[in-house]
Amino acid sequence: METKTLVLGVIGSDVHAVGNKILEISFSEAGFNVVNLGVLVSQKEFVEAAIETNADAIMVSSLYGHAEIDCRGLREALIEAGIGDILMYIGGYLVVGSQEWSEVEEKFRNLGFDRVYPPSTLPQDVIPQLRADLGV
Amino acid sequence: MRLIILIDIGSTFTKVSAVDISAPALLANTKAPTTPDDVSVGLDAALSSLKETLEAQGVSRTEIENCRKLACSSAAGGLRMVAVGLVADLTAKAAKLAALGAGARVLKTYSFQLTDADKAEIEELQPDIILLAGGTDGGNQSNIIHNAKVLGSMNLGIPVVIAGNRSVSREAASYLSKSCSTYIADNVMPEIGKLQVEPARNVIRQVFMEKIIYAKGLAKASRLIEGIFMPTPAAVLRTGVLLSKGAGSVRGWGDLMIVDVGGATTDVHSIGSGNPTKPGAVVRGLPEPFSKRTVEGDLGVRVSAVPLVEVIGPHVLGERLNMETTVVQQKAQKMANNPEVLPETSEGKRFDQALGYYAAHIAVGRHVGHLKEIYTPSGVLWVQEGKDLSNVQTVIGTGGVFISNSEPLAMLRGVSQDSTTPFELRPENPTYYLDRDYLMAPIGLLAEEYPEAALSVLANSLEVLS
Ligand code: B12
Repeated sequence: METKTLVLGVIGSDVHAVGNKILEISFSEAGFNVVNLGVLVSQKEFVEAAIETNADAIMVSSLYGHAEIDCRGLREALIEAGIGDILMYIGGYLVVGSQEWSEVEEKFRNLGFDRVYPPSTLPQDVIPQLRADLGV
Repeated sequence: MRLIILIDIGSTFTKVSAVDISAPALLANTKAPTTPDDVSVGLDAALSSLKETLEAQGVSRTEIENCRKLACSSAAGGLRMVAVGLVADLTAKAAKLAALGAGARVLKTYSFQLTDADKAEIEELQPDIILLAGGTDGGNQSNIIHNAKVLGSMNLGIPVVIAGNRSVSREAASYLSKSCSTYIADNVMPEIGKLQVEPARNVIRQVFMEKIIYAKGLAKASRLIEGIFMPTPAAVLRTGVLLSKGAGSVRGWGDLMIVDVGGATTDVHSIGSGNPTKPGAVVRGLPEPFSKRTVEGDLGVRVSAVPLVEVIGPHVLGERLNMETTVVQQKAQKMANNPEVLPETSEGKRFDQALGYYAAHIAVGRHVGHLKEIYTPSGVLWVQEGKDLSNVQTVIGTGGVFISNSEPLAMLRGVSQDSTTPFELRPENPTYYLDRDYLMAPIGLLAEEYPEAALSVLANSLEVLS
């Protein structure tokens, strides 16, 4: 199998580090090449890291409730940088308070994410879908 | 006694020093004007006057003639390089840092795909070496290949050092080999967040020794001596590392900075990890080299006096010196037109000092890391980009500007933290030293083979300023 590269990070001014570490370990063990940018990652850093590493997917986390603001314009920035069709997932605590999940999902799909995951998603739920999307 | 003669062929002066490495001491120090058409003439002149001084001290002629003679050079424009990478803040910046650390003057740094306009510009810039990077290992391949093809189509006839994605280094070299000699080094940025400049620096130095000194006509001088081993700034950086780390029984001085305010440019070197000192600060951005060099082409106190005054703000300088703005600008223009003239009047000296102060101040501000406040739902968070040098205890001033001025300390104080720069991670309360005998470059030539002796000689010559 060809090794696929994932760029991983927690977007915005968000410092929740634990989930990010767990994702790094799980995706690496599943055979992916993981480029982990850690916490406090700006849109620019996601875009630039994806370019240099020729990444196959970007995995965004957001836990602190500001995902929508932080992610607005990210897909557009990727398009500008010439890698607009890269696969992009998001997970964590995406919104504040209890909102209908289908609405949350739609909101983030409209922001350019290919898959949107609710709180407490486990890596083993994600990996098969990721493999399928990347054709490995 | 074991005599070694150290030579620094500069753009204006050729400086030679004689050191005894068995009972470590500086024996003599002389200089002669550099002769650009044939540097061996100026070197010969400097060497003969050194011989005289040594003979007067009772050193025998045969000893002088047979001793090792090592040189570094910044003559003939120094080592002129162009750096090419992919993303401006990632591999392009890494390539630039690598070239600077190798002692080069980086004429321009290019990111993404080279265009026809870039091509024309590079042809005009006439670099001595191009450093080609792009892509982490296993990462992007297409950009470095594109750029190799563009450079390969140009008939440059110069060495190209390739230090990008290792999966395609050879392929990139194949597109260049028709018109250029190619050298492959490890990637300057093998993965995101990891800088690896040493291998590229070493290859650049090798190419400098083997090729560039011939291309620049410096080889004639190297017949008088053992060899020209590196560009002068690379030697300064080595001296810094040696002094910081120590050698054998001689203790190192720890983290330090070297500031060289020149007529045309201002160089800043820092040796140290630059880890955060502010509790809880998070480091972001490209990690920076342990031994880091930056060069500011717009900050200099003679040839670059006009752009320097623009950066400072003529009114700021005018207020400080109690002068009309237009007078400030005229004075700067005068200095640029007559770079060899030293100020005689007290007003002229004060002007010179102020320029030196600001050149050091601004250059260090660009060199050091910065703090940014981020407001988060849980309060303020500090993010650090670049090196935190606030705890640096040793700052060394080197170069003719500091030595010839009666108040070097007044200029060097521009380095440290003040109320106007709260977010710049400058040394807070350092001790300042003057490189009284111009030893920062020559000592670097001894650093590898005779580190202990080199360090003793240097330590004796650094003068505390207070
Ligand atoms: C520990 C913690 C903190 C610590 C973080 C320490 C650190 N450096 O990591 C501290 C105290 C600093 C903190 C601060 C804050 N926190 Co907090 N924090 C938590 C807590 C208790 C646990 C987070 C955690 O580590 N979980 C364990 C990991 C393994 O799970 P995870 O992060 O969710 O990640 C998993 C999945 O979500 C998923 N996943 C995550 N990202 C992605 C991405 C993709 C692509 C995929 C597929 C999957 C995926 O996979 C991961 C592994 O299974 C949670 C509550 C909770 N129980 O979850 C609140 C919580 C996340 N925090 C919250 C809040 C509000 C804050 C603060 C704003 C509080 C404040 N006002 O001070 C600040 C924000 C600070 C900042 N700038 O980021 C809220 C968020 C509410 C919201 N979004 O609506 C939560 C949910 C608590 C709550 N119920 O109110 N917090």
